[in-house]
Amino acid sequence: MAGLMAGFGHYTHAVVRGIPASLAKEALRSSQAEVNLAKARGEHEAYVEVLRTRLGLEVVELPADESLPDCVFVEDAAVVCGDTALITRPGAESRRREKEAMEAALKDLNLNLVEMTDETATLDGGDVLFTGREFFVGLSKRTNQRGAEILADAFKDYAVSTVPVLEGLHLKSFCSMGGPGLIVIGSSEPAQKTLKVFEKLKDHMLIPVSNLEKVKLDGALTCCSVLINKKANI
Amino acid sequence: MTTEAGSETEVKEKAEESAAPPDQSEKATEDSQEVANAEGEEKEKEKVKEKEGKEGKGISRYLPTWLKKQKSQSQTSPTKEVPPTEEAVSKVTQEEEEPVPEVNGHADEVEEKEEVKSDQVKEKEAESHSNASADTEPAKEEKLEESAEKTSEDTKKTTEGERAEEEKKEQEGEAEAEGEGGEGQTSIFQSPLRLVRKNKMKLVVCHVTLMDGTDFTCEVEKRAKGQYLFFKVCDHLNLMEKDYFGLTYTDSHEQKCWLDPTKEIKRQIRSNNWQFAFNVKFYPPDPSLLTEDITRYLLCLQLREDVASGRLPCSFVTHALLGSYTLQAEFGDFEPDQPRPLDYIGQLTFAPNQNKEMEEKIFELHKSHRGMTPAQADAQFLENAKKLSMYGVDLHHAKDSEGVDIMLGVCANGLLVYKDRLRINRFAWPKILKISYKRNNFYIKIRPGETEQFESTVGFKLQNHRSAKRLWKVCVENHSFFRLNAPEPPAKARFLTLGSKFRYSGRTQAQSRMASSLIDRPAPNFERTSSKRISRSLDGAPMISITEAGRDTAENGREPHLELHSDSKSPMRVHGDNIYVRHSNLMLEDHDKTQDDVLKHQASISQLKRSFMEAPPPSPPQPNQWEKRLTSSPAPTIRFQQQQVPPVVKTEMVTISDTFAAQKTEIATKEVPIVHTETKTITYEAAQLDGNGDGEPGVLMTAQTITSESLCTTTTTHITKTLKGGLSETRIEKRIVITGDCDIDHDQALAQAIKEAKEQHPDMSVTRVVVHKETELAEEED
Repeated sequence: MAGLMAGFGHYTHAVVRGIPASLAKEALRSSQAEVNLAKARGEHEAYVEVLRTRLGLEVVELPADESLPDCVFVEDAAVVCGDTALITRPGAESRRREKEAMEAALKDLNLNLVEMTDETATLDGGDVLFTGREFFVGLSKRTNQRGAEILADAFKDYAVSTVPVLEGLHLKSFCSMGGPGLIVIGSSEPAQKTLKVFEKLKDHMLIPVSNLEKVKLDGALTCCSVLINKKANI
Repeated sequence: MTTEAGSETEVKEKAEESAAPPDQSEKATEDSQEVANAEGEEKEKEKVKEKEGKEGKGISRYLPTWLKKQKSQSQTSPTKEVPPTEEAVSKVTQEEEEPVPEVNGHADEVEEKEEVKSDQVKEKEAESHSNASADTEPAKEEKLEESAEKTSEDTKKTTEGERAEEEKKEQEGEAEAEGEGGEGQTSIFQSPLRLVRKNKMKLVVCHVTLMDGTDFTCEVEKRAKGQYLFFKVCDHLNLMEKDYFGLTYTDSHEQKCWLDPTKEIKRQIRSNNWQFAFNVKFYPPDPSLLTEDITRYLLCLQLREDVASGRLPCSFVTHALLGSYTLQAEFGDFEPDQPRPLDYIGQLTFAPNQNKEMEEKIFELHKSHRGMTPAQADAQFLENAKKLSMYGVDLHHAKDSEGVDIMLGVCANGLLVYKDRLRINRFAWPKILKISYKRNNFYIKIRPGETEQFESTVGFKLQNHRSAKRLWKVCVENHSFFRLNAPEPPAKARFLTLGSKFRYSGRTQAQSRMASSLIDRPAPNFERTSSKRISRSLDGAPMISITEAGRDTAENGREPHLELHSDSKSPMRVHGDNIYVRHSNLMLEDHDKTQDDVLKHQASISQLKRSFMEAPPPSPPQPNQWEKRLTSSPAPTIRFQQQQVPPVVKTEMVTISDTFAAQKTEIATKEVPIVHTETKTITYEAAQLDGNGDGEPGVLMTAQTITSESLCTTTTTHITKTLKGGLSETRIEKRIVITGDCDIDHDQALAQAIKEAKEQHPDMSVTRVVVHKETELAEEED
């Protein structure tokens, strides 16, 4: 029934954002970890370079904002699928203003923007997993049911299913798409609990893969970019 | 159809004697309702007629006329004019003799026509006219009038085909018969004991709203079954791939219900206004696999309505895209120089929230489809529509076990649970073991997951009992259609069964596809009537020539939900809010399983196969014959070659009772085999057995060896029957020895063996497992 979205996995543009100095001390984290700013910046530069050169994406770099220590994690600010972008309302209040720059950038790229104005709704992009056929929204500390509903309204073509995220930050902290029809999921306990729910809802195979790293700020690679396929835009 | 002739002779007898006792007739009507299969139906009628034939001069003459009336109606005598079952007074007897040969002769003609007709189940009314003997004159007049009427009615019918001819002939025959005799003649058709004058063939007008908004009117006999009307509509539409469609009507509770093709229309639609709608019942997951463009066109019409009404939600862009394909299909290439009257597109609804912006987008996209033919545009429309998450999902309001409002969606893949537009659960058909309903609750039993031990049951609350039953029926039908290779055979009629015996009665998608692949006609030209509708509103614009056809408004004020409902209650039912528990035993789904089913029906299949092979092949294989064959066989006789399923090897089991004269039987398969297997089942009778020391009485041992390229599996079965204080205890022990090359996957082979053993005997448990890596057979420890 739900066929694979045309051009799934193919992208033309990437929106990224710089790391503010405030990241080291003020960025949200679950563990009391110390972050080396210079190192973080170095890593980020290499990451952006991969997107630009290795993957051939057109990279849109937004400037860092000192008042928004988490602004590098742009994934949480918007969910883009096809030609529609949902501007989110992040669960953490300190991150609410991150959307302003994102909105402007996406507008420039001629995407249809949908805003989340409902004040009872929260949604972090990191909790949204799009498989090409359907959406899974993790109900976590940052994303609630109402947020999921608004996402469902924004993307009417696709089924949207909710999945509990019991520990950790986001759904995509421990799983991601490994390829068309393939969800890759970690081996930790919360991951396995979510896996059970996935299995009930899934349309495809799940292959558990062990999680070797845990990023100090509860982030993963997907957090740091918003991927857009401009060619698919009609 | 010798029964027809048989009934004629019965007719003669009955005319002399009295009609059958009424309880038989009622049973007949009941039986005829219960049987799901069209063919089965006819067999039942045969039985009924035979029963009736055996009656002597019964007590029926003392029974009230209305009872006898019922009985006569259950016959499918093709000659409607003959009132065989009505009582005739003895004085009429002699006069009867004359016209009867006429009638008989005529019957034969009709019989032939009957045979040629394919799946149509016609319930011809033998509803005989009964007249008081005193009223012979007026009766005769009426009858003549009637036939006159009927003839004129007939001429109105356009695509009747054989049926029209038949009717005309019958009426001619009627007229003949009536013309010949004088007063005495007409007395055959009258029964002096009858007080009410009955029509020969009472016709009722049916209105069917087609998907393009037009109204199709036709007449069916009062007691016609749903299938008859459905086939009439399909004929009118020139549709061959009928299995995906159905007729709906609105019941007394304002709910949309599917017309059951196997049951009488009048027992389903209770109002006097026989108004139906032709709709898609099963949405094919891959419309590109449909054989004919006309089928896709009709599917598009349905989906346009679904999208426009909001039943099938989609994004702004998708609305526009689908709309653009609609325009391309209906109007062809975008012509910029033509005046672009936005009002005409405004009359077309593409979306519930259509606005100027969307219309602009539609035009923009329409431009890009230049050069696309209507068929291509339809195909593209369907390619996009099929991907929508709610495509083909039939929604039902319900509450979960905690009383929270949810929606249950039934589709080709399984059962979906929605809460506020979010999908909170999904039960694929393979996961569902059983579905049932009880009062206003609906239950599904789920297979245990990999880590779980027990099955779980999920319950939902429906609005009322009717809704629960409707939901259950829809599930049964969807499951049967999309998952099974053949519908479940109807259960034997049991006395005083509680609960619904409902089963999906049509063909499954597999069967439909099989039949479709045999469709050999050139693509039928069909008119796209919706464009006619549009072109009418354009002033002076030279578009498609318009023929005046009565049409309804473009927007059907139809409510969503193509839901199933049946009001029929068998007389055995307990009324009221009582417990109707019926379990639909869903198959454990994979295609491997269905292969097992084929194995289980070995005897009948091999026999059918042999008789089929032996019979001379029909010269041009007509689809009709195939359809007949497919619907008549209770189990699939032929493995369907589906494009997505790898070919399957046919196997045959041979039982040889003579111990040492074992014959080798090899089955050569025609399709590309995955593996060449040889199955030899040797059954030893206990008396000749020696060795193993199992000399106990009642021990039956069988050995079965299945050899494939890499594995050799030998299964020996010991069946021990012991008597213990009056109780018979049967112990079945199977020893499975698997040998093969050193590379066999022991775990897999073992699992497979256990699985197979468990399928045959679910209560079996593994007592001993020995794995030996050497080439010799394992030594088992005791």
